Amino acid sequence: MAPAIATTLSTRTVRSPAHRATRDPAWARWALTAIALAFLAFFLVLPLLVVFAQAFSKGGAYFLAAVREPDALASIRLTLLTVAIAVPANVIFGVAAAWAIAKFRFSGKSLLTTLIDLPFAVSPVISGLIYVLVFGAQGWFGPWLIEHNIRIIFAVPGIILATTFVTFPFVARELIPLMQSQGTDEEYSAVTLGASGWQTFWRVTLPNIRWGLLYGVILCNARAMGEFGAVSVVSGHIRGETNTMPLHVEILYNEYNIAGAFAVASLLALLALATLVLKSLVEWRQTGSA
Amino acid sequence: MARARNSRSILPGFGLSLGFTLAYLGLIVLVPLSAAFIKTAGMSWHDFVGAVASPRVIAAYKLSFGASLAAGFVNMVFGLIVAWVLVRYTFPGKRIIDALVDLPFALPTAVAGIALTSLYSPNGWVGHWLVPLGFRVAFTWTGVFVALTFIGLPFVVRTVQPVLQELEPEIEEASSTLGASRIQTVTRILLPELMPSLMTGFALAFARALGEYGSVVFISGNMPMKTEIVPLLIITKLEQYDYRGATAIAVVMLVSSFVLLLLINLLQKWSRRYHTI
Repeated sequence: MAPAIATTLSTRTVRSPAHRATRDPAWARWALTAIALAFLAFFLVLPLLVVFAQAFSKGGAYFLAAVREPDALASIRLTLLTVAIAVPANVIFGVAAAWAIAKFRFSGKSLLTTLIDLPFAVSPVISGLIYVLVFGAQGWFGPWLIEHNIRIIFAVPGIILATTFVTFPFVARELIPLMQSQGTDEEYSAVTLGASGWQTFWRVTLPNIRWGLLYGVILCNARAMGEFGAVSVVSGHIRGETNTMPLHVEILYNEYNIAGAFAVASLLALLALATLVLKSLVEWRQTGSA
Repeated sequence: MARARNSRSILPGFGLSLGFTLAYLGLIVLVPLSAAFIKTAGMSWHDFVGAVASPRVIAAYKLSFGASLAAGFVNMVFGLIVAWVLVRYTFPGKRIIDALVDLPFALPTAVAGIALTSLYSPNGWVGHWLVPLGFRVAFTWTGVFVALTFIGLPFVVRTVQPVLQELEPEIEEASSTLGASRIQTVTRILLPELMPSLMTGFALAFARALGEYGSVVFISGNMPMKTEIVPLLIITKLEQYDYRGATAIAVVMLVSSFVLLLLINLLQKWSRRYHTI
């Protein structure tokens, strides 16, 4: 009796009705995969390809010349300077906010998290506009700044401030849920064993959050280097002085220097690809060590 | 060891971390944002309505909201398909494609803008096929729609993917043992499960598209009353030193963004409530 049942079970084919309703039919699998890939190829891959194709459309020498031109180099320097200030500032904030929210009890936590998320909901142009309203010539501090000969709007400090606003939530949003899910047990143990606050943070908390922190830094960095709308409003668009790389791309494009514009743009595109690679690596590490 | 009795925790650093958090948040985010509202509060109601309801501004709202809605819907449909394919099927190169879905997040908007314009302009790779057929994309409403679809692409995929991954196969098996066909299982069991995350993704894509500037401003052509998006209108007014007009429009956009943010938070709460089966 048993062998007969076993044989029946082992020869049961996939076409039984019960199994049919849990698997997509082959034609559907092919069709959906084709649709998904075609959609992604059309909307993602094609624009990426055209960046590099246009960048080299006048040859490699033209590409190098466009990238090494003084204004282009100045824009690269300004972008890097902006990132070097905005990202660490937001990292410190992110860590402080996550520490306060995850390790302590107080009311108003969800209001605080919503407020931290605000810059995500604000259009980049408006992000720049509000800084013009505060620091611009007609703004709240305008007359005081002019009196003391400090230039914020239409100068580098304004660009850094606007970029800091736009990338404000990235690190905090990564760290807050991570630290909340990690709880407070390890920190409590450290304190009961006599560690000071800073020791607890550096030697217990930080190693636990390092991958989340890195992830947040990668995202923050990518957004900071590529920010366009907010910087466009606060920058004076002065070539060689107050143009970041995206603004320089815009200038070249509007002058019909298409190959030059795409040459600088391809550097940014390479940065984007590097961001994607790093992001995937960190995600892989995070799930690997989870 | 004497430590100040804190009802919150024995961990130190509460005052320092919360104080710094609130100060930084206030200075960088809250004070500048309030500047927009305070400036607009100084306008008379008549001036405010004149600034935010003139024909040119209304045309810009229609374009921004309309194209963002359309792009959101397209991303909802195709984003679901992409998420389904990525979660349930295997094919060569899947991991690369999965990583590539985040490209619109990582790519600077100006780069996306000039790339899309180059693709769809009359002598572009795609444009030179479409224009003879009568489809003009660059410098029209359609171009704005295409750019916003690009921008919103990852939102739906990334909100639906985790939910799809955590769906238990037992539900589908139960449905099939009760006699449902595959189509019935998909439409009556799975889709309702995915609806909260689909709507969250749609709302996120919509919110992003509404304020988008860099990817759109190149392909739209920026003709007033026809292809002028609201962020560009704000910049134009700034360049004309019409600070009040620009700020008034910005306040309208800010209020809609905050309403959307609230909606998204509610949607995420809804999806978490139904998510644990």
